[in-house]
Amino acid sequence: MDPLRLALDIPLREFALRVELALGREVVALVGPSGAGKTTLLRAIAGLQPARGAISVDGDSWLDSTRGLDVPVEERSVGFVFQDYALFPHLTVRKNIEFGRSGQAGLLERFGLAALADAKPRELSGGERQRVALARALAPDPAVLLLDEPLAALDAHTRGEIRGELQALLREANRPTLVVTHDFEDAATLATRVGVLLEGRLRQLASPAELVASPADPFVATLTGANVLRGRARRKGNLTELELPTGELIRSTDLADGDAAAIVYPWEVTLARSPPDDSAQNHLAGVVESLVPVGNRVRARVGPVTAEITAESAQRLGLRLGDRAVASFKATATKLLRQGR
Amino acid sequence: MRHLFAGIAIAAAALALAFLVLPVIALFLRVPPGDLVHALGKPPARDALIVSIKTSAIAHAVVLLVGTPAAYAIGRGHFRGRALVLSLIELPLVLPPVVAGIALLVTFGRLGLLGSTLDVLGIRVSFTQTAVVLAVAFVESPLYVRGAVAAFEGVDGALLDAARTLRAGPFRVFARVALPLAAGGLGAASALALARGLGEFGATLLFAGSLQGVTQTLPLAIYAQFEVDFDTALAIGTLFVCFGVAVLLALKVVGGWTRSVSLLTSRFASSPSA
Repeated sequence: MDPLRLALDIPLREFALRVELALGREVVALVGPSGAGKTTLLRAIAGLQPARGAISVDGDSWLDSTRGLDVPVEERSVGFVFQDYALFPHLTVRKNIEFGRSGQAGLLERFGLAALADAKPRELSGGERQRVALARALAPDPAVLLLDEPLAALDAHTRGEIRGELQALLREANRPTLVVTHDFEDAATLATRVGVLLEGRLRQLASPAELVASPADPFVATLTGANVLRGRARRKGNLTELELPTGELIRSTDLADGDAAAIVYPWEVTLARSPPDDSAQNHLAGVVESLVPVGNRVRARVGPVTAEITAESAQRLGLRLGDRAVASFKATATKLLRQGR
Repeated sequence: MRHLFAGIAIAAAALALAFLVLPVIALFLRVPPGDLVHALGKPPARDALIVSIKTSAIAHAVVLLVGTPAAYAIGRGHFRGRALVLSLIELPLVLPPVVAGIALLVTFGRLGLLGSTLDVLGIRVSFTQTAVVLAVAFVESPLYVRGAVAAFEGVDGALLDAARTLRAGPFRVFARVALPLAAGGLGAASALALARGLGEFGATLLFAGSLQGVTQTLPLAIYAQFEVDFDTALAIGTLFVCFGVAVLLALKVVGGWTRSVSLLTSRFASSPSA
């Protein structure tokens, strides 16, 4: 039986948050745009937000609306890492961590905070604050760990490193863990399973690789970083032809009819100066709108698609902003999804 | 034109400053300092000082003890009628103290609303030291509660939530997180309220009377000595000035401290400056 099971129904201003979820000793990330209900869900599990439904942890019931049971926050066994960390500004690092009474010994050492034990939160860097927040949340040995945007408060340049560190610490904590983030890359790094939340509903819950390989709908595909091209699909021989609003045609080996969206990942797209004579079925010409170096690769926006090519290729092509270029991708790399309304 | 206006503004500031400070200085110039100290040692002044300290201390202690949790409940609570409750608390602030005195009289006096009940219990309130305490508490508590509500409202709610997830019950959340983080604002409100209570005149005169050694507080003593022994009245006046300066200095110290505290409570959205 899964340690954490929940089925919640929370009326929000614009929609109702309805989520069912079961977690083992694993890290599950919830991604989605702001306002999708991610933070509300975490707060409801912690008991900070009124909710209807049921929550049980290791067989103990924390919430059961049918029986009128609603255990108060302080009697639920949750560790909560708040957005911006919410460290007590008037207490030292040590006092922050020992605030939850049944403090475990050696946490300061395990989190590399021994040298900072007597520092006040305002003296710490973003990464150090995050470690204090996590150590404080884990100190009372909670049954469930909840993290709200744990990386959002960090600078872009420290974020990657701290993400790796957090991944290791969460794995070590080894308990049902829910992480809320709006960034798919963060989610894919930290979690074994990722749930995509939109307007209060869980659109898809799967491993990061599965979400990329077979997104349930165009929204999930967009979130995982895919190019999404909407149009009207119709069969053309063995293939499907998708007509974009611009009149351009995109071919796919998937079958579809009517309103549909073509999904193609940036790493499946190649760039050229002029239409190449190759096996790729799809060629979209356009102006280079952006060129962003990402490590040893370059993300280039050409017309309606983003391509990810090696920095070497980008240099060889000598692409500059405003140049005309052609983006090519194969029909076999182009997935078709029926348009979600 | 610019120079002319700047000149007028500076002259206006100088005039205002002189108008406000000159009378205060005059208090000290009329009589030599030695005589002032001597006058404070005379029975009417000494008795009034004792009555004032005793009644103010009791009233202030009650106001802090009841007002602080009340302000926490109002400041952190989300309930219907919250704005109405705040307005009702502020009402005594805009009432003339004399009206407060009459109001207290018709509530706690022998013929008042609760008078007969208190009479049955053998408690007589009006024209006793209890009446002084009630009058002082009545006029100073709105000032304290209003400031304390603002201080508690200023505490980041995420910190209180964090304390609750760390298994802190309501009292521990209040004592370990809300109270220390609101301390600066509470101190400032407390000092202002105390000063207001010590200076209370109208309500006390009507509700408690002006019996030397029993209900005659320092402001009442000034009024009583005004025609009898002007030096004593003046001496008590200078005592108030010294106390006022002390309160203002304390507020500056507390204020500076509050600022650093509120800086601390600001969310850690940005990384620290390297």
